[in-house]
Amino acid sequence: MSETTELTPDLAVPGKARAAAPRFQLSRYRDLSLIPVIFVLGVIGFIVSPVFLTSDNLIGVLQQSSELSLLVLAEAMILICGRMDLSLESTIGVAPVIAMWLVLPSSGPATFHGIGLFPTWSSIPVCLAVGLVIGAVNGFLILKLRVNGFIATLGMLTMLRGLQDGVAQGKSIVAVPASFSYLGKTEWMGAPAAVWICLLLFVIGGLALGYLRHGRALYAIGGNTEAARAAGIRVDRITWIVLALGGLIAAFAGVLYAGHYGAISATQGDGWIFQVFAATVIGGVSLNGGRGTLFGALTGVVSLQLVVNVTTLGGVPPLWDKFLYGAIIIVALIISRFASGEKQD
Amino acid sequence: MSNGQASTPPPAAVHAEGVVKRFGPTVALDRVGITVAVGDSHALVGRNGAGKSTLVSVLTGLHAPDAGRVAFLGEPAPAPGDTAAWQARVACVYQKSMVVPDLTVAENLFLNRFERGRIRWSRLRADAARLLAEYGVDVDPATRAADLTVEQGQFVEIARALSFGARFIILDEPTAQLDAAGIERLFTKLRELQQQGVAFLFISHHLQEVYDLCSTVTVYRDARHILTAPVADLGKADLVAAMTGETAQSATTWHARAAVAGNAAEASAEPSDAAVLRAEALALEGAFQPIDFAVRAGEVLGLAGATASGNTALGETLVGLRRATGGRASVDGKDVRPGSVPHALNAGIGYVPEDRHRQGLVLGRSVAENATLTVTDQLGPYGTVLPSRTRAFAQRMIDSLDIKTSGPAQPVSDLSGGNQQKVVIARALARDPRVLVAIRPTAGVDVKSKDALLGVVRGVADRGDAAVIVSDELDDLRVCDRVIALFHGRVIAEFGSGWNDRDLVSAMEGLPAGAGGDKGAEE
Repeated sequence: MSETTELTPDLAVPGKARAAAPRFQLSRYRDLSLIPVIFVLGVIGFIVSPVFLTSDNLIGVLQQSSELSLLVLAEAMILICGRMDLSLESTIGVAPVIAMWLVLPSSGPATFHGIGLFPTWSSIPVCLAVGLVIGAVNGFLILKLRVNGFIATLGMLTMLRGLQDGVAQGKSIVAVPASFSYLGKTEWMGAPAAVWICLLLFVIGGLALGYLRHGRALYAIGGNTEAARAAGIRVDRITWIVLALGGLIAAFAGVLYAGHYGAISATQGDGWIFQVFAATVIGGVSLNGGRGTLFGALTGVVSLQLVVNVTTLGGVPPLWDKFLYGAIIIVALIISRFASGEKQD
Repeated sequence: MSNGQASTPPPAAVHAEGVVKRFGPTVALDRVGITVAVGDSHALVGRNGAGKSTLVSVLTGLHAPDAGRVAFLGEPAPAPGDTAAWQARVACVYQKSMVVPDLTVAENLFLNRFERGRIRWSRLRADAARLLAEYGVDVDPATRAADLTVEQGQFVEIARALSFGARFIILDEPTAQLDAAGIERLFTKLRELQQQGVAFLFISHHLQEVYDLCSTVTVYRDARHILTAPVADLGKADLVAAMTGETAQSATTWHARAAVAGNAAEASAEPSDAAVLRAEALALEGAFQPIDFAVRAGEVLGLAGATASGNTALGETLVGLRRATGGRASVDGKDVRPGSVPHALNAGIGYVPEDRHRQGLVLGRSVAENATLTVTDQLGPYGTVLPSRTRAFAQRMIDSLDIKTSGPAQPVSDLSGGNQQKVVIARALARDPRVLVAIRPTAGVDVKSKDALLGVVRGVADRGDAAVIVSDELDDLRVCDRVIALFHGRVIAEFGSGWNDRDLVSAMEGLPAGAGGDKGAEE
């Protein structure tokens, strides 16, 4: 055998670094990738119907997005840290119902009777606490018992929906305390308060994920759990907090929803989880964790709602909504699969 | 040097020549060959990275070679992807059993080649029993595969391979998880099968086993074929020399301090008696026995050992990734809470993990983010992480470690292996650790980066702190002032700074050197 000695050429190193520069530029603006889509949808909407560009219609779209967007906020944080929670769509319904059960008097003219354990003014804090507990239970199942997160939260989804049906006896709760429905009903500065609140929460969440050490830790945990652990991040504790926080945000979405529609519907949130995932994924949050921003997720919600709004205005019957949602998810997945060049298995 | 007996009849069980395999810029096999005669027991030895496992994947059809040819019993190897044809010629028994644990032995044996139509279970069991009896394997075919011992599992796999018609079997570290009696039974079985004309390629880190079992040995080093010789003609010293590339007459000793420059600084950082890191009867059940050692300020300690020696587990225990089952570790006299990485970090232990892809880096994120992962509490007030400060911190790291990157915001996945590893080390150094624990810090990096990385580790000690390098790479261990060699979870030897390659490799392969350097397991 003759002698040759160049085993690993060092040449690849500087060349690779240079070639990487333009790719980096692209990925930097991926969060903004839905902005042109939203713009195009606006143009299409303007062509399809003169109603589209009225403030009433646009505010309506935003209001309809608000509750969904909160679930997306929660799911995006959970997905970024590498987990998933399907039960959010049930939390949005069951948390208000349990809160009502705990605060409403046990007798009276109303159709729904609770046990009156807490004063009426505490309905919102109680509702949020219920959400927090649900999220914490999810965390316990996933992180302490180490059961499969997908199945565990799927079980929670079904169980909580059943709990809501049982407690509310399958009926909507119409007579909610005024303090409970205030936030969902009121308007601030010409727009529903819910819209402002959602925006505010997205800003807070976005800042926390971008500029707080524990927020940055979510990306490390989702991107590579082992590396995060080796770097001294308390992986389980932070994941648990995120799951609990997710439940809390979902419960708050329930408060806004109840205020918006004036009642706690028996089917509140039913089937939403698909839209939540659709919005999150087309907003650029990776299902594998570690990638995505809340801003991207927000543009995902808005795009999704605009598509539905535009098609409704265009005369497509609402019965086709589900078909559209499904198609959008598939198309968005395919696009992100090829845009990022990564397999998603 | 290449195989002279290639064309002599009868045809060899396997004959490979001129095999080249590249993975990207890395040459994993550089025109290597091997010939295993029918009924022979052939050993393949070499240090990590020698190309053993690549050769196994070429010989079993997992990878198609870029050049060269492979023949079984004189016939050219089947086309890549023709699994059935490969199975009929060659089989590989790995350390970890490849059987399906929840199925019975009988079902495992006939997996995916049941009779047509419905499965007749009683007949299947009878067939399995006959098959096992044919090769003298004493296992009940109705046992669940998960309930077999490691050695029984290997027998079943061998029987399965033979039942496909293969007469050439590769054993990849088959003894790593066996006790002495199990090894003896395995070897007896292998000798029986050899009588029947089955040829073996035996890959082991345990050189004594090569002498016990094999008749021929082939040595690879750095992706090349070094020698093939009858075992009887090759002394252990010569074998180790062939593996290390160090000939007997040039067996130079190595002095860490002399080799790494830094004359003036060195004097001030002479090891003092104050132990920075001390382990007392530290033990982890199933991985390593109670061990005592101390690392002084200004000292680099090497923990040498092959894959299953427990040295990696020891390193991971020190940094809190694993919880010790006994004993304690302390830094500067203060006990470190076991099993907690944040406590270890705060106690002053920096960690360079073994596998930068699995434990070291968050590949999708930027260089800055990865480099500052351990210091996020220092980058802004009230738990905030200010991007400006992160960038500045990362830039300092990039400058001081000479990381080749287009900037702190570049995704770390775009860097070369050596530069990625520098990011991992930057992260470990970010907290100014008292002790740096580095596990195989130069794995998969090019030669230039290797020197730079080891220089950084050496620098930690030279500035008055301490470092521990856990590795089986001689180059890594060269920068150490002292090396403790582990074998099967025990200290087998300890070396001062003047060790030579042969003694250390012998120790890591389980052959305690007779003379020189071996001070035994004292301290």
